[in-house]
Amino acid sequence: MNNKLISAEDAVKKVKDGDTVMVGGFLAGGHPDHLVRALVETHSADNLSIISNDTGTTELSIYKLVKSGRVKRIYASYIGSNPETGRLLMTKEAEVSLFPQGTLAEKIRAGGAGLGGVLTPVGIGTIVEEGKRKIDIDGREYLLELPLKADVALIRAHKADEAGNLVINGSSRNFNFVMAMAADYVVAETDAYVKLGEIDPNHVNVPGIFIDAIVKVGDTHE
Amino acid sequence: MNNREFIVRRIAQEFKDGDVVNLGVGMPTMAVDYIPANVHIMLQAENGILGVGPKATKAQENIDCIDSGGSYVTTMTGACYFDSVLSFSIIRGGHVDITVLGALEVDENGNLASWMIPGKKVPGMGGAMDLVVGAKRVIIAMDHVNKDGKPKILKNCKLPLTAVNVVKTIVTEMAVIDVIPGKGLMLSEIAPGLSVEDVQKATGAELLISPNLKAIAV
Repeated sequence: MNNKLISAEDAVKKVKDGDTVMVGGFLAGGHPDHLVRALVETHSADNLSIISNDTGTTELSIYKLVKSGRVKRIYASYIGSNPETGRLLMTKEAEVSLFPQGTLAEKIRAGGAGLGGVLTPVGIGTIVEEGKRKIDIDGREYLLELPLKADVALIRAHKADEAGNLVINGSSRNFNFVMAMAADYVVAETDAYVKLGEIDPNHVNVPGIFIDAIVKVGDTHE
Repeated sequence: MNNREFIVRRIAQEFKDGDVVNLGVGMPTMAVDYIPANVHIMLQAENGILGVGPKATKAQENIDCIDSGGSYVTTMTGACYFDSVLSFSIIRGGHVDITVLGALEVDENGNLASWMIPGKKVPGMGGAMDLVVGAKRVIIAMDHVNKDGKPKILKNCKLPLTAVNVVKTIVTEMAVIDVIPGKGLMLSEIAPGLSVEDVQKATGAELLISPNLKAIAV
């Protein structure tokens, strides 16, 4: 089995100019801060598109990434906790697209699950429907929301085994699971890294086949 | 008692034992402090918890257990965690009994504007659009008028909408108003000391008066 354990610096080298990068987490919960910090501080890839539920808070590395001028497009559902994303939207320095949170999750799921899109009633009658196809199913209108995919996904988990099987604790699952399915290259930062077989199959939250690289950032030995 | 406490005390009376409830960040979340002792609800946080408990103490703080406002919380016995796809399947799929949210404007068709002021404030809709479309019952908790004293309850919303035809009940410091589909806004309860005229004057749409009109008791 290939060793998936690498450094954060090596992991983020996979990000190329013009790439789309998914960043897991909900505010600070499950945010892969070590990976994003490495992307900001050790790598110069430019003209990036970022897909993130909320683009974090001012205390997180994603704030510095958004502020770096290297991010040209942002897809998110809530940006009230990152004033820099709001500034980019207002000044049009970056193209910021906002989606209902459940729609954003389903667009990513569609990208990872081989679907051509999803039909949702959410956004009907609002500016969210602008430019989108509306489809009538049994007398109710739905919006066709197209899939989102990424070149690289940066996610966070509590524990990984050598195969990349992940355990994610508590409310940190959020977007980390679905983003693992929807990118060509998926890096998980984890507190712990254990031998194959040490995670009970009943407890695996994310199958290891989705995971290309593990960056161990904690000191936990289990 | 301040206005916010008055509003959330009244809203807490709407919860029935066993309800799955999602409360918006801010004033709606305060309603949990006033739920009657014999009523047990399952509180959902859309970032992935069903069975949210009281706020965490300093010693209990854990970044893997936060609510949708990013605050550290605890969980109730019987709680569970899930990812965002499942969380919004619960929400969109009609498995949430009540959601309580704030609003900028509500109109007589139950249309809701709560997420942006063009050119001024665009924080994003977060989970609000999914919640109001998917929840079985949408209750709005808000001040009756805005900071300039202008009505927030209107014939037609002016701000960009969060969703159409979704609001069932509006609770303010002045009144409880129900949206009756096809008919309009029904004044059901009124704050002690106020007249129907007082409420009508502060409202930008014509109110129907419930035959069972009563005083808000909290």
